[in-house]
Amino acid sequence: MSSRIFGSGIRRREDPRLITGAATYTDDLTMPGMLHAVMLRSPHAYAKITRIDTSRARQAPGVIASYTGADVNLNAMPCAWLPPNSSLKIAKYPTVAVDTVRYVGDIVAVVVAETPEQGYDALELIDVEYRPLNASLDPQKSCAPGAPQLHEDVPSNLAFQWTVSGGDVDAAFKNADVVVKERIVQQRLIPNAMEPRAALAKWAGASGELTLWNTTQNPHILRYLTSVVTGIAEDKLRVIAPEVGGGFGCKIPAYPGEFLAIFASRKLNRPVKWTETRSENYQATTHGRDHVQEVELAATKDGTILGIRARSWSAMGAYLSTAAPGIPTILHGLMLSGVYNVPAIKEDVYGVYTNATPVEAYRGAGRPEATFIIERMVDKLAAELTMDPVAVRQKNLIPKFENGHSVATGLTYDSGDYPGILKKLLDHVNYEALRKEQAAARTAGKIMGIGVGTYVEICGLGPSQVASAVGFQGGLWESAIVRVHPTGKVNVFIGASPHGQGEETTFAQLVAAEIGVAVDDVKVVHGDTETTPMGWGTYGSRTTAVGGAALVLATRKVKEKAKLLAAHLLEAAVEDMDYDDGKFFVKGSPDKAKTIQDIALMANLSWNMPPGMEGGLEASMFYDPPNFTYPFGAHLAVVEIDGDTGDVTLKRYVAIDDCGPQINPIIVEGQVHGGVVQGIGQALWEEAVYDANGQLVTGSMLDYALPRADRLPNIEVLSTVTPSPHHPLGLKGIGEAGTIASTATVYNAVMDALAPMGVKTLRMPFTPERVWRAIHAGGKSGGN
Amino acid sequence: MTVRISITVNGRRFDRDVEPRQLLVHFIRDLGGFTGTKIGCDTSQCGSCTVLLDGVAMKSCTCLAVQADGSEVITIEGLAKEGQLHPLQEAFWNKHGLQCGFCTPGMIMASHELLRTNPKPTDDAIRHGLAGNLCRCTGYQNIVRAVREAATAMAK
Ligand code: FES
Ligand code: FES
Repeated sequence: MSSRIFGSGIRRREDPRLITGAATYTDDLTMPGMLHAVMLRSPHAYAKITRIDTSRARQAPGVIASYTGADVNLNAMPCAWLPPNSSLKIAKYPTVAVDTVRYVGDIVAVVVAETPEQGYDALELIDVEYRPLNASLDPQKSCAPGAPQLHEDVPSNLAFQWTVSGGDVDAAFKNADVVVKERIVQQRLIPNAMEPRAALAKWAGASGELTLWNTTQNPHILRYLTSVVTGIAEDKLRVIAPEVGGGFGCKIPAYPGEFLAIFASRKLNRPVKWTETRSENYQATTHGRDHVQEVELAATKDGTILGIRARSWSAMGAYLSTAAPGIPTILHGLMLSGVYNVPAIKEDVYGVYTNATPVEAYRGAGRPEATFIIERMVDKLAAELTMDPVAVRQKNLIPKFENGHSVATGLTYDSGDYPGILKKLLDHVNYEALRKEQAAARTAGKIMGIGVGTYVEICGLGPSQVASAVGFQGGLWESAIVRVHPTGKVNVFIGASPHGQGEETTFAQLVAAEIGVAVDDVKVVHGDTETTPMGWGTYGSRTTAVGGAALVLATRKVKEKAKLLAAHLLEAAVEDMDYDDGKFFVKGSPDKAKTIQDIALMANLSWNMPPGMEGGLEASMFYDPPNFTYPFGAHLAVVEIDGDTGDVTLKRYVAIDDCGPQINPIIVEGQVHGGVVQGIGQALWEEAVYDANGQLVTGSMLDYALPRADRLPNIEVLSTVTPSPHHPLGLKGIGEAGTIASTATVYNAVMDALAPMGVKTLRMPFTPERVWRAIHAGGKSGGN
Repeated sequence: MTVRISITVNGRRFDRDVEPRQLLVHFIRDLGGFTGTKIGCDTSQCGSCTVLLDGVAMKSCTCLAVQADGSEVITIEGLAKEGQLHPLQEAFWNKHGLQCGFCTPGMIMASHELLRTNPKPTDDAIRHGLAGNLCRCTGYQNIVRAVREAATAMAK
């Protein structure tokens, strides 16, 4: 069975608790004496607090305490990604605003009460006077002269300025036959994990220990940061991520909410829970994207790309969230050439403070924006040269490689077959026939578009030395402990922290495949800093690529020891031992065998061990990958547009992805579905809109258009398999692939549909109004 | 001010004094033991809080507890009978119709309603029937598959 369990689409073992309502998410927890914290948030995008008085609130029924910025003595919120050579300026980010608020949603006071309702009632009784200031929202304008300055010590609101360059860009543009240009607005998005954020802090005064239950993707990082912000020693801190209801990046960073729950719990010596409302989530849980890019691409007239030059203004929001500066820089700029041979690249990235919610990673984090640039520009080039967009791609694709390909930005992709996957896509849809169908549809007066997107992403983050070189203030290895109990049942403890991706199942499959135990005999434990080894968390499509490697290597250590013990018990030389499907036997005589369960029992009893061998059957591995992994793919979208209303209907979506070998293809497919739909959401519906005063106009699920079931076609999911040369099993990662590809793919399809009307550029999302106006303005449309 | 009400949840009767403003979803979640019903929004958009009220699905954040006085509520915890998963639960499991699971209780209860009113839905009807429930993880496709499979299983 062990050989078959890898690659098998078994049902998830996470599911029984989730489909019966038995799972426990942070907000489901209660404990005796528990209090509730609620936050008063700024209604202004930028203002001075001239007076704040909580005395009436303190008298309100059920209120136990209230705190303002003056009362809270926590350290400032940390920023943990410091891109080098970027003149980074980290503005002070207090947990509670002291005299200035800088975005709608900034915390100005905390009330702790017996019930949440009593807390909310008391918020109404806090008197605050503000002196509003002019807000600044647009990243390009915010760093221009005359813009309001948000932080005293940050002139021009410039948080950082970072450049990536490789090859001779000036020469590329001098030698070009054609240069195509585009201004791209990567609109601000709201992650919308379905579970709002929550924290429960329990201070044990007698021992000075604190336990925090939190909706986090990375409990170990959070423990580290909690110790920095609260001053509680790490060994006295326990962070638990119970069931976590989606993250998509917004549950990577640390937030004031959890630290304020800790602060209150310590002060009051009672458990304190804080759960945000969805409205608070929209205002104060991190957003994603929000870049403005000016891009040029140089090429020869036969369609050969010579170089890319870009400038990008990336809004950071009011403060730098935990990992924010690394996203529009390292995770973006280094991937600008995508799947193509691009000999010269230069991008200047300006990180700019604005009076908006801080941004963070959002599914794909930097890479969707990079893919969008190159995929958009390739289509522009095709239009300029009246070539088919697929032909331009084929001309420039990096040929198949199995072990390393270096690109101009300095990265070395691990393995890829971009021409192969594109061909598979074209064959699958019969591209020529599809174009003919489109021509016929156009003749019949329909507005139909076809979009192709090819991508490669950098994931499996990543080698820790590289993390250091790019300013990430942590390591990027992962860890696993494999413990085989006397009965042969196995516990696996991992440092990563899955929250929907299914590793309780796929990691059990990995162990079962390696040492021949039944998959049901393996339980995967994660999400608790007290029981699991240090690890850096679940994001960046890294859990399988890095944590999975740690687990496989730890399991192989167990197997190695088991083999030694088996040889001893069978009185054979180790060199004469063989292994198959959970059995160790003497070569040539398969009935002289010990099962892994026999060996587990003996190892745990230690009655008869080889000299010098320790008891127990357990191994741990801290795995630092030698390189990133580079999954890739080719996607295609077909859209139809209603000329009367501007409504875009997605008629067909095909995703072909290559994440290396698949542990569980059903789970891979699920990741692709979800990822693709999130990217479609950006192209067609989603945008966080602020008005000129910095009020979040799309502040609820009523106003922010999330993808819904009835607006989507069935997605056709296919794959190819190109193993990573450096991962022990060749695995690459699939969590973000769909999102990275689909926004550009759908964008290209809509622009292809609108091309006959002379529309050359248009801002996302493609709302009916925007599309209708573009159709009616034709080539005169305002575009981006 | 509180009001005395009586609501039966998953076959157990609960008599409680509640504030008139208390939402049914909070009433259920605060009983102790029934936290499967989730709160995903504050604008009645997400459907995470869907329960059956006297057999009909409703978003329990759109209803005051006092309005449900005398009613019978079934939540996700009440769907499996004698340890036997409901065909919808089984189908969500079989078809990988969930990832983080947060939307799932509401999604299953909404699917229950869908199949009650339309036992043999087309994919299109499933998609329309679930348009009031948001899921950020699955892209809905496997949820549609799951409901289709449950419909077939329940027709037998
Ligand atoms: S919580 Fe009821 S619809 Fe969202
Ligand atoms: S499974 Fe996560 S929101 Fe639906």
